[in-house]
Amino acid sequence: MAKTDFEVPALRDYLRTPDLRPGAMAKSAPFKAAPRHQQALGFPEALVPDWERVAVAKLGDLLGKYRSLRVHLDSCVKCGACTDKCHYFLGTGDPKNMPVARQDLLRSVYRRHFTLAGKLFPRLVGARDLDAALLDEWYGYFHQCSQCRRCSVFCPYGIDTAEISMAAREILDEIGVGQKYCNEIIAKVHAIGNNLGLPGPALANTLEGLEEDVKEATGVDVRFPLDVEGAEVLLIPPSADFFAEPHIDGLIGYAKVFHQAGVRWTLSSYASEAANFAMFIGNYAQMRKVALRIRQAAIDLKVKRIVVGECGHAWRVAYGFWNTLAGPFDFLDPRYPVPQHIVEFTYDLIRRGALKLDKEANDHMKVTFHDSCNVARATRMGDLPGGQFVLPRALIKASCNHYFDMAPDTIGEKTFCCGGGGGLLTDELIELRVKGALPRVQALHEVRQEHGVTHMAAICAICKSQFTKVLPYYGIPMDSVVSVHQLVGNAIRLGTSS
Amino acid sequence: MPLLTVTYALLLYAAAGIFVVGTGWRIYGYARTPAPLKIPTTPAPVTRLGAAGRVAREVVLFESLFKSDKWTWIFAAAFHLGLLLELLRHLRYFLQPIGTWVTLVQPFGVYGGMAMLAGLAGLLGRRLLVARVRYVSGPSDYLMLLLLLATGLSGFSIELLERTDIVSFKVFVLGLEYLDWQPLPGNPLLLAHLTLVAVLLIVFPFSKLLHAPGIFFSPTRNQADDARERRHLAPWAARLERGGAGEV
Ligand code: SF4
Ligand code: SF4
Repeated sequence: MAKTDFEVPALRDYLRTPDLRPGAMAKSAPFKAAPRHQQALGFPEALVPDWERVAVAKLGDLLGKYRSLRVHLDSCVKCGACTDKCHYFLGTGDPKNMPVARQDLLRSVYRRHFTLAGKLFPRLVGARDLDAALLDEWYGYFHQCSQCRRCSVFCPYGIDTAEISMAAREILDEIGVGQKYCNEIIAKVHAIGNNLGLPGPALANTLEGLEEDVKEATGVDVRFPLDVEGAEVLLIPPSADFFAEPHIDGLIGYAKVFHQAGVRWTLSSYASEAANFAMFIGNYAQMRKVALRIRQAAIDLKVKRIVVGECGHAWRVAYGFWNTLAGPFDFLDPRYPVPQHIVEFTYDLIRRGALKLDKEANDHMKVTFHDSCNVARATRMGDLPGGQFVLPRALIKASCNHYFDMAPDTIGEKTFCCGGGGGLLTDELIELRVKGALPRVQALHEVRQEHGVTHMAAICAICKSQFTKVLPYYGIPMDSVVSVHQLVGNAIRLGTSS
Repeated sequence: MPLLTVTYALLLYAAAGIFVVGTGWRIYGYARTPAPLKIPTTPAPVTRLGAAGRVAREVVLFESLFKSDKWTWIFAAAFHLGLLLELLRHLRYFLQPIGTWVTLVQPFGVYGGMAMLAGLAGLLGRRLLVARVRYVSGPSDYLMLLLLLATGLSGFSIELLERTDIVSFKVFVLGLEYLDWQPLPGNPLLLAHLTLVAVLLIVFPFSKLLHAPGIFFSPTRNQADDARERRHLAPWAARLERGGAGEV
């Protein structure tokens, strides 16, 4: 078990709703962006002088632009249905991590400035002026929301705390209080093309190394092409896939699939990142700028299709927002969805019998699957609603003999976030990340006990990084996390079909 | 015209006016504000018709609430269904002649009233007893429940204790409708009931009662899951695309 200066929650026979522990996470806050991080995105470098006024004005601006914000701030009836649904509340007991309480941090200011009741009777309706203390709470608790939308599933009006925390973070940026982790990363994408700041030559090197590794392991020349003009498919993976275990095994899996399919594909050194952290800070213009890079790469490389790798929020932006932000993609082949998920791509091949998979290759594992929050609650795969649950499982089951689902109220649309999404995957938030992972780890623990599950497959770069980091705190080895396409890659029989 | 009648006539006109104009203004605000991105909570219907069905299920069955908390669902369903029955029953004061179906509803009205009060009591109990819900409850949340309870109780007591002269009350209501004021019977319970109803109407557009129109406008529920198939672009986003006005 890793060393900690906080108490790691105990795994029990079932997940208990904690008692309220007011202030338990009051001190949790990520590092603030330095002036240069702010400047790179065109945000004020430090807290602006009349920040109260600027913040309220920005809130007004957003209220005119986002119907979700306006409707969701008005509609909450404080029914409490969402109060026990957030993994950060379940893991910490801090009442301000109950979704409605998190929303109320912003709603109180909305009421004060934008509603008659809040102007006339602030105490009665919980309206508050934005002061330094509330600003601190905003920064702390809107960075304890991974924008996973679990609360939204359960709210009778679909109130989405993710929308609220995105708006809050946008206001924070506007007054000069940005978050270092997100803003630094977005600037890297603008400058270099990926979150890791991996320049083209380093990328080429990595890919060459991978070709050698795969050749050594399988004897087959599986290519990892970079910047190949005229390829059919442009693959946009999360950059973690170039870098660390188990992500990289997923990338090897994609390459093997393309190899077997006989499809000419390429990566791009200009747009080598599926992730779009601008969503986490709620900034449309930044999000669009990141998305346009990918459009440009597709045009420059003259590809016909775009396929996206395993990454949850990236798939949300790609599936749900690309068409809006960077569309129309009328220069691509209209016979395929734009964009397509690598899981959809592989699933089609399996269905057509174009891949030979030896399940025995994964017989040393008993596998379960973690539905990533963004994939589960903000996207789809395939033609039918819920395909995002069916297709990844179909891939895993086609590649493994031993598969077990976790408890029904912890998967599918009710899945728990890994605890590291929404721009919170940073070291200084480790206590939040460990505690927020509790509901997922509890469910994993149960299938490990009951079925002897050894591995959890994930379909998101953030989930994979988060789990490899936090599972050891709970006494579960970090290498029990695998990529979905790692399982496919293990099982694929290379060179047996055209 | 007695002062009482004039006072109540003016109060009820004002309340109805504030309700209609205020709520209409909020709805106009919702309708006018674009939803720039596709954000249905998935799995979601892939057609617009399907999405309309989803909203209908939320309105009629409280589908999402059923997923989250069975007790809250039972109390909320009892209250809203009871309220609906009561509202339908009250149509007899507004319609002349009374339609057959309004007549048919009458016997159920009493049960509606009981369901409404039981549901409200349950919701209040939950608000007081469950620590999480108590934490997120403010004074206005309790007041709203008390206001609804008082409205229901006053109506119910009229039924039990003070059989108002229904005929002359109906004459008063129809008089309001046709701008031909008729005297209002002065029973204290009736006056209390009317006052509470007026307060509810006035408070509606300024309070969380806006959840009623809100549900129809919630993008997470009313959008179809068709982002890849249809390009969705808000007017301000289109301006941004054209490089106009430096909007962000
Ligand atoms: S479930 Fe929705 S309406 Fe109920 S308290 Fe939570 S946010 Fe408010
Ligand atoms: S979006 Fe997820 S992290 Fe944020 S409040 Fe809702 S359940 Fe919690």
